[in-house]
Amino acid sequence: MLNFIDTVGEAVAGIKDGSTVMIGGFGNAGQPFELIDALLECGATDLTVVNNNAGQGDQGLALLIKEGRVKKVICSFPRQSDSWHFDAKYRAGEIELELVPQGNLAERIRAAGAGIGGFFTPTGYGTMLAEGKETRYLDGKWQVFETPIHADVALIKALTADGRGNLVYRKTARNFGPIMAAAAKHTIVQVSEIVPTGGLDPEVIVTPGIYVNSIVRVAAAAGKTESVA
Amino acid sequence: MSIPTNDQPGVRTGIQASDKPLGRDDLARLVARDIQPGSFVNLGIGQPTLVSNYLEPEQNITLHTENGMLGMGPEATGDQIDGDLINAGKIPVTELPGASYFHHADSFAIMRGGHLDICVLGAFQVSATGDLANWHTGAPDAIPAVGGAMDLATGAKDVFVMMTLLTRDGVSKLVEACTYPLTGIGCVTRVYTDKAVFLTGPGGVQVRETFGCTLEELQAVVPVPLRAADPS
Repeated sequence: MLNFIDTVGEAVAGIKDGSTVMIGGFGNAGQPFELIDALLECGATDLTVVNNNAGQGDQGLALLIKEGRVKKVICSFPRQSDSWHFDAKYRAGEIELELVPQGNLAERIRAAGAGIGGFFTPTGYGTMLAEGKETRYLDGKWQVFETPIHADVALIKALTADGRGNLVYRKTARNFGPIMAAAAKHTIVQVSEIVPTGGLDPEVIVTPGIYVNSIVRVAAAAGKTESVA
Repeated sequence: MSIPTNDQPGVRTGIQASDKPLGRDDLARLVARDIQPGSFVNLGIGQPTLVSNYLEPEQNITLHTENGMLGMGPEATGDQIDGDLINAGKIPVTELPGASYFHHADSFAIMRGGHLDICVLGAFQVSATGDLANWHTGAPDAIPAVGGAMDLATGAKDVFVMMTLLTRDGVSKLVEACTYPLTGIGCVTRVYTDKAVFLTGPGGVQVRETFGCTLEELQAVVPVPLRAADPS
């Protein structure tokens, strides 16, 4: 069921304590800052967050971590020059980290959305990130078994939605949006523009509306005004 | 695709190709020249990024950035800067005519599916058999971060490493076996350093050319058996 919602606060109001929340974005590109701010405001805690990173600077995911609302982060690259809130929580033993090679992160999310129970990949074989995992020699290579990552909720950012919830994105801000939309039980999207049904060319739609549950328009959610890491 | 070797134009005959070690830019220029025309290439964060400064338009190289783009152009400046258009190092970049965008699973399928011809990565250590260590020092207080390093190392057809041969303490980073945590096993095909270019693989380490030293002088600091590369 697709709903168009007036405010980001209403859009995230149903997120419960203990939820697994996928958050789109690679660095700041595609990060749904307004939805994350609303999540911070709504008070849900004890969250498991799936994102490529673990927050940057003093905004978005970094603030959610700073406020102690995240018990676990599943990501590929937590350590950055400005990831001080994650660093502090991690060193204090107050946040759990599941470190995943970036391609495994993407494919595990994709697998969840595609109904795949797991897959073998050569990535990580023989490294500490594959320790304890099942391995098989397949297709001429040693491969590691990886499992899907499901989520209760995905918060993503797209450029434009139409009346059926079909989405298009903007440049490298697309990143995790399409696969997270498919992997979560409930997908909440912030867009900068909503056009009537039929207003998007069906040939260029990236995320079909079947994966989308809630859409909220946030002015200037994409574009040149965004700050850069 | 055939791999360019020391019969490429511009490489001097004889193993010693220059009378002094190569600087970072000279090394980047050498790597750029060794990339076959028409290749799809991913340049890692840091020193490998310099390679893009020396790719010639007639080489017709397409750069991939793992956050979801083929046809990446140079770093953006001034009015070109767009927060939605960044590279894997989160630096604003530009798009070239013919560029394409795709989501993260597709972007990593490009790597993992063996579609990239070459990736160029930095390294802490490379072993004689091409094992790579470049993501984690293993220090107990370090916060580990892996990003796409393991996917690139495992998926690209050729993995080139760019690094200084020696640590600040004068210890060779080309080693018998890596002591840092591994990124990938037997994945590195070539190592470009300030003192020499090494070809790594199951047959041991071959030296394609040296810079500012002889093979004997190189062997004195590198703890794995070296031999001059087979002529090709």
